[in-house]
Amino acid sequence: MTFAKAINTGLRKALERDPKVMLMGEDIGTLGGVFRVTDGLAKDFGTDRVVDTPLAESGIVGTAIGLALRGYRPVCEIQFDGFIFPAFDQITTQLSKMHYRSRGRLTLPVVIRVPYGGGIGAVEHHSESPEVLFAHTAGLRVVSPSDPQDAYTMIQQAIASPDPVLFFEPKGRYWEKGDVDTDADAVAAPSTLDGARVLRPGTDVTLVAHGPTVATALKVADAAAAEGRSVEVVDLRAISPLDVGTVVESVRRTGRCVVVHEAPVLYGTGAEVAARVTEECFYHLEAPVLRVGGFHTPYPVAKLEHEYLPGLDRVLDAVDRVLAH
Amino acid sequence: MSPSGPLTDDGLVQLLTPAGERVDHPDYAPRVAHLDADALRGLYRDMVLVRRFDTEATALQRQGELGLWAQSLGQEAAQVGSGRALARQDYVFPSYREHGVAHTRGLDLTQILPLFRGVDHGGWDSDALGFHLYTLVIGSHTLHATGYAMGVQRDGAVGTGDPERDTAVVTYFGDGATSQGDVNEALVFAAVNNAPLVLFCQNNQWAISEPTTRQARVPLAARGPGFGVPSVRVDGNDVLACYAVTAEAAERARSGGGPTLIEAFTYRMGAHTTSDDPSRYRSAAEEDYWRQRDPIDRLDAHLTTTGELSDAFRAEVAAEADALGERVRTTARALGRPETSTMFEHVYATPHAVVDAERAWFEDYEASFTGGDR
Repeated sequence: MTFAKAINTGLRKALERDPKVMLMGEDIGTLGGVFRVTDGLAKDFGTDRVVDTPLAESGIVGTAIGLALRGYRPVCEIQFDGFIFPAFDQITTQLSKMHYRSRGRLTLPVVIRVPYGGGIGAVEHHSESPEVLFAHTAGLRVVSPSDPQDAYTMIQQAIASPDPVLFFEPKGRYWEKGDVDTDADAVAAPSTLDGARVLRPGTDVTLVAHGPTVATALKVADAAAAEGRSVEVVDLRAISPLDVGTVVESVRRTGRCVVVHEAPVLYGTGAEVAARVTEECFYHLEAPVLRVGGFHTPYPVAKLEHEYLPGLDRVLDAVDRVLAH
Repeated sequence: MSPSGPLTDDGLVQLLTPAGERVDHPDYAPRVAHLDADALRGLYRDMVLVRRFDTEATALQRQGELGLWAQSLGQEAAQVGSGRALARQDYVFPSYREHGVAHTRGLDLTQILPLFRGVDHGGWDSDALGFHLYTLVIGSHTLHATGYAMGVQRDGAVGTGDPERDTAVVTYFGDGATSQGDVNEALVFAAVNNAPLVLFCQNNQWAISEPTTRQARVPLAARGPGFGVPSVRVDGNDVLACYAVTAEAAERARSGGGPTLIEAFTYRMGAHTTSDDPSRYRSAAEEDYWRQRDPIDRLDAHLTTTGELSDAFRAEVAAEADALGERVRTTARALGRPETSTMFEHVYATPHAVVDAERAWFEDYEASFTGGDR
């Protein structure tokens, strides 16, 4: 099934499992979402549980906080990445801190789904990658699946989590297909919400990616293999908490590391991973940790996004450079 | 005072004049008809205690015992009147100076002190009291209240006719907050969802140093109709009128009639917080004008005229206030510094590897100073 359908199926399971789960967002009901991720859910679960909201992102998240305080488990959809900023205050000053400042008396099991990332030829504010803005905020969990199976599993785990979860969906992957085991109990499964995974083993260099760049990393590994180079691909899955252990273990074996993400390199996930790897793998490193990502520019016009995004060639170039050391 | 715009006092519901005389009102007087002399003395007592608490906390800040204090001086009628109109199961989302409302919800006022002393961010059991934690980001909590009210609706706790079950949600905010997007979004969400919500705006005339004229060109209550939310202006220094309009709005909410915006026209007699100096931005004449409309004096005058406030009762309440003041002082000074390790607690409801690692590192680091090996 497609990535989008996998999330849809996961949402359906969550709605079936817990009557307190509800979805809210712009156009998610009758239309089924602009990406159809919530297709059919309003029809089957009613408009009280799949709620078309006013066009107000702060209002969506702010009211979700109130609903959670009343015992509900709201799953908010922010239509596009660049539209999350009106809700930034509610997410960072309120949602993230309620558990902390109530000394644990209050929990806010709110999920915020954010279709993110570029490569779909969209207009401005429709292709951004703001995940580290939230990873930088204590109290939030920030995750991003990279394939349909993970999307299906992780959305259910995010909803079951008592903590607020920012669920970043790589929108460029919505139409890609993969096998999904819908029989397995996603919530009871060992938590994949926190853990990175080695998606493809290799011995020469560790390539770290998350969300939309995982597919790129796998292509890079294929291309590198054709040249006789063995690339290990680590899918972070979670940006917060960052599973440093899995990355470090890999780099200690390969001695080299390249981090790839669509967001700008400056202060990005790659900066964090590179710093951690340097701290913990200093004597294992054969080369400096390199980062490949967006530039310190606003997300460019669609006709230039191919050059902005870390594509196959730029990542391969970085792999070549660390191997040249 | 401007005679027009947001500073006009036109159309205020009033049941008690500044001189303490009862005024009839066809819609609202019946809402307080059941309040007998005992109940009125209770409101007097509430207001005196809250004022004493506020005065003591202000003094403690001046002595360096509190980091900051947000005074409620002058707003006792708006807070006590509205708070006493609520049912036990109703739920309140306050801003950060709703000490009088807190008192009516059964919060021991000293529990507010840890937040301002810097030893806690919250400090009370909000669910047990039906009184949420204070919110410092202006207007944010009005959306939380709206969402909570939508939850109340979904729980079927509206319009059942069961007085123990039907629930109203009330949120308090100031005149400055009405400029915030969140308050406007709260009005939109509340209106289209017909949420059981009372939006209680205490227009205390000043948002730190900015007068209400910097927030609006019309009375704040005039905003409600544009959202489809019935609105009422009330004399915020009249405890009976505040009780009456809140009782009506809460009843509308509980019965399924939807949200109401109340503008309580009142005045902050103190500073915004202890960090600003009102003498820089407002006149002594203005303060004097409002001093003559003092909410406690007003009820005192009424009860004295009607022979229902004896010197003995006044003395009894004064003694109670003295005892509260003493308790506020000793409680504040006894609030110890929390253990450093608590900084790392409750960041997440479930374990988070980064927090766990940082806590472990810090404990190790601290132990290194006390002879432990690193």
